Amino acid sequence: MAKAQDKKTGAVMVVGGGVAGVQTALDLTELGFYVYLVEKSAAIGGAMAQLDKTFPTNDCAL
Amino acid sequence: MVEAGRSPNIEIVSNADLLSLDGKPGNFTATVRVRPRYIDAEACTACGLCTKYCPRHMVDGYNEGLGITRPIHIDYPQAVPATYYIDPSACLFLQHGTCQICVPVCRSRAIDFSQQPTERKLAVGAVIMAPGFGRVPEAALTRYGYGQHPDVVTSIEFERLLNPSGPFKGEVRCISDQRHPHRIAFIQCVGSRDLGCDNGYCSSVCCMYALKEAMVAKEHDPECEITIYYMDMRTQGKDFDAARKRAEEHSGIRFVRAKVAAVTSWDQGLKLTYATMDGSHGFTGYDMVVLSVGLDAPTDAGKLAAIGGFALNRYDFCRTSTFAPLESSSPGVYVAGAFQGPKDIPESVTQAAAAAGIATGRLKTQRGTGVILKSYPTEKTADAEAPRIGVWICHCGINISGVVDVHKVTDYAGQMENVVYFNDSMYSCSQDAQETIKEKIKEHKLNRVVIAACSPRTHEPLFQETLKDAGLNRSLFEMVNIRDHCSWVHANEPEAATQKSMDLVRMGVAKARLIQPLPEQTVPVNKSALIIGGGVAGMTAALTLADQGFPCTIVERQDLLGGMLRQAHYNLPGDDVPGFLKNLVDKVKKNKLIDVLTNAALLATEGFVGNFASVVQETKGKKMVEHTIDHGVILVATGGRPHRPAKVLGVELPKSDRIVTQQELEAQLAGKAKNRAPGSVVMIQCAGSRGDDLAYCSKICCNEAVKNALKIKEINPASQVIVLYREMRTYGYAEDAYRQAREKGVLFVPYTMDNKPVLAAKGKGVKVSYHDPILREAVELAPELLVLSVGLVPESTDELSKLLKIPVNADKFFLEAHAKLRPVELPVAGIFLAGLAHAPKPLEEIIVQAQAAAAKAAMPLVRGKVEVEPIVSHVDQDTCIGCGICASLCPFQAIQMLKVDNKRKAETIAASCKACGICAAHCPTFAISMGGFTNEQINAQIQAFGAIDKE
Repeated sequence: MAKAQDKKTGAVMVVGGGVAGVQTALDLTELGFYVYLVEKSAAIGGAMAQLDKTFPTNDCAL
Repeated sequence: MVEAGRSPNIEIVSNADLLSLDGKPGNFTATVRVRPRYIDAEACTACGLCTKYCPRHMVDGYNEGLGITRPIHIDYPQAVPATYYIDPSACLFLQHGTCQICVPVCRSRAIDFSQQPTERKLAVGAVIMAPGFGRVPEAALTRYGYGQHPDVVTSIEFERLLNPSGPFKGEVRCISDQRHPHRIAFIQCVGSRDLGCDNGYCSSVCCMYALKEAMVAKEHDPECEITIYYMDMRTQGKDFDAARKRAEEHSGIRFVRAKVAAVTSWDQGLKLTYATMDGSHGFTGYDMVVLSVGLDAPTDAGKLAAIGGFALNRYDFCRTSTFAPLESSSPGVYVAGAFQGPKDIPESVTQAAAAAGIATGRLKTQRGTGVILKSYPTEKTADAEAPRIGVWICHCGINISGVVDVHKVTDYAGQMENVVYFNDSMYSCSQDAQETIKEKIKEHKLNRVVIAACSPRTHEPLFQETLKDAGLNRSLFEMVNIRDHCSWVHANEPEAATQKSMDLVRMGVAKARLIQPLPEQTVPVNKSALIIGGGVAGMTAALTLADQGFPCTIVERQDLLGGMLRQAHYNLPGDDVPGFLKNLVDKVKKNKLIDVLTNAALLATEGFVGNFASVVQETKGKKMVEHTIDHGVILVATGGRPHRPAKVLGVELPKSDRIVTQQELEAQLAGKAKNRAPGSVVMIQCAGSRGDDLAYCSKICCNEAVKNALKIKEINPASQVIVLYREMRTYGYAEDAYRQAREKGVLFVPYTMDNKPVLAAKGKGVKVSYHDPILREAVELAPELLVLSVGLVPESTDELSKLLKIPVNADKFFLEAHAKLRPVELPVAGIFLAGLAHAPKPLEEIIVQAQAAAAKAAMPLVRGKVEVEPIVSHVDQDTCIGCGICASLCPFQAIQMLKVDNKRKAETIAASCKACGICAAHCPTFAISMGGFTNEQINAQIQAFGAIDKE
């Protein structure tokens, strides 16, 4: 799907695509905003993508 | 992650650096440089052929350097965006102008070495900084033999070793000779609570992940002996102490309270030398040592701060204040996650929602102007057509295929009636797999899809979205869980697991033949909120909602707003707490969108998300007034109060005015009396907590004790202050204050439950005797004041729990929908949670949680409608006999009884129904069917289970 380019208004930038950044981006869209999620590495996910399971319930991290 | 990847309103700008930020709040221009991937993202199909041909090896950073990869690669198959990239630092062409083997290999001609860095200008109203955390200095690691001995690993490396996609495919092996370690030691506080590397703070997560890694390692190899060397186990989070207990009692993990001096080579393994609390030394041999590394500030913190124009704290994390925890010093620039201070996943997720909420509250005039509404192709009508089923069997890396013969199951599925397409998939949840599924649906005109993979609980929504994208109704999907139900539970019986997978797939396909498209329903929303509780959580939430433009009503039981914070006089960082509270109350009272009812109680609530109606009783002098309020969402912030234990440390408390709580001491110290800071004080931590009376840790008492101890020393430096504690849990930056207290001469003496202090009356005063581990003898004191650090209990949750049908945990705190992913939502749709009613926590965390709960509560109000899951129950009113069993059993108040032609009939309130199926199971006339789980479908599954064709 085509993404809108360079919106004048109604957009927020999130710097960092780890669990905090991705969740912020998702929540921003739910509140009615367009989001630029800027990540310095090639893919989002951050440290959480390296985890296997999470404390204390051992749910899958991905 | 994949959700972010497919949202039309999130543009992922990866491989990119922020260069500058100009303008002002509401109207910033950010300049971003996007580094080339050298691969055309649109063309790349993530087939992986290029990686196979690339001749150059390089260290795999994703696997913490424990494995190798090639310069052209993807970190992991589920990566978003699912596009390969070339690491220019190792590529032969980009470094030396040679090679280019990958270019002709790529069938989609996606490799493009001519790509150049591009600069983009982004117009944004606000910026949220979430760059995460960095690594602790190398010196903190080398001290324990890291780098000298390969079997000394960091906890992140160990995490990769445990992971099925890790270097040894999930088997824990020593790096040195790949043997299985029989003895593993964890060393806590590496690079945390350590002035040696200038990280004075506690990283707040390492105790938890060490427990998790130890327990998972123990699952992998139950014979393995695991010891954790620690100073204090800081498992202060909600239900974390219980997990620690499980680790000790159930998993058999050993805990040794000791400082580790050194790790050295010894025979084939490692020798760990340590000193315990009583000053004795010891050493033990291990095969592997795991360093529980802390979270440092991100390496580019300084650069980001310069670009964003905000200040950092002394540890290079973003500087914020107790009362505005997510606002940087630069207006319009907010912070979330570990960059705000080391923290775990649930708190990062909470901060994310809160930051989104406050940032957009100030931009509300721009709301909706930039978004794109996602449209789906028109759904094809599938019910009339004969079923054309597509089946995918997922490998889940090796999670499934390591046990189950995936190819055999796939071939088996292919022979089934109505299956027109079948295939296996390495990771069916990856982004490129979604594209394949869409393609195949179109190519083969599939009208039912069965995916055998992991749990529908986590992945069904993803696949359903894919169906919608392909023009199929999302209910035309059936998921078979061959990971949890086969490869995990039958890990040691691969043949039986394969057979069971085949059985489950056969049953899934049998059901799929009968599934029907279900209509999507939406319900309009009343755009206002009811907030129960007028403490700091309730008031903060009200202001956050009002900032978003939504009216709300606060219902407060007492005659004044403020709740427990009214008793607070000062805090650990030295902020003006009463001033903050006064300001907050004023703002709430002045706000036109906020209605406050004091001396008020909720009597009844009915309805469902978007359309609640509540009756609130307000007492005005001798008069009682009842208000009926219509609202769309509910926010529960009923707070807590200090616990008054009848017994402390097993004995009934002697009656004495020399015994006070920390809260009473605080009031005394904040007063003006000359002798307010007594000459000798003994504080008892965990008085009535952590198994003494309450089962749990109240998280704030250690900070409170340190705060008051420092205050006493400030007023009366000669005072002797002794803190008897089990574990000091001054996590985060509070560790600095703990250190400061020790420097000022406050004595911290640990006790254990086997050898606990004894309290007794002595005349009008009080006597405390305890064992001092350093003196190795009993000490008896008669302090002027005995201070009890009592825990917190929630304010009467029972009543509200029944009224709103929301669950509480064993400790009577409300239970959130998901501890990690939905920390401020309750299981009942439209009801949100913040503050002490959730769990004990300090002020700063309460404020964030309240902002987060308000942001989440604002979401249905922003949307203006609620979408209903199509799998809700449906009552066939011709068959219904109006017995009402369903209505009385429904845990979500989702069935109403009404008169139809003068006969009693049941009806489902679709917006409240959670599709649990209790009503359908109990209906004596089978009048109730569940969308997606009809009797016919379930019967077909059961028959398919019995029809084993032995080929």
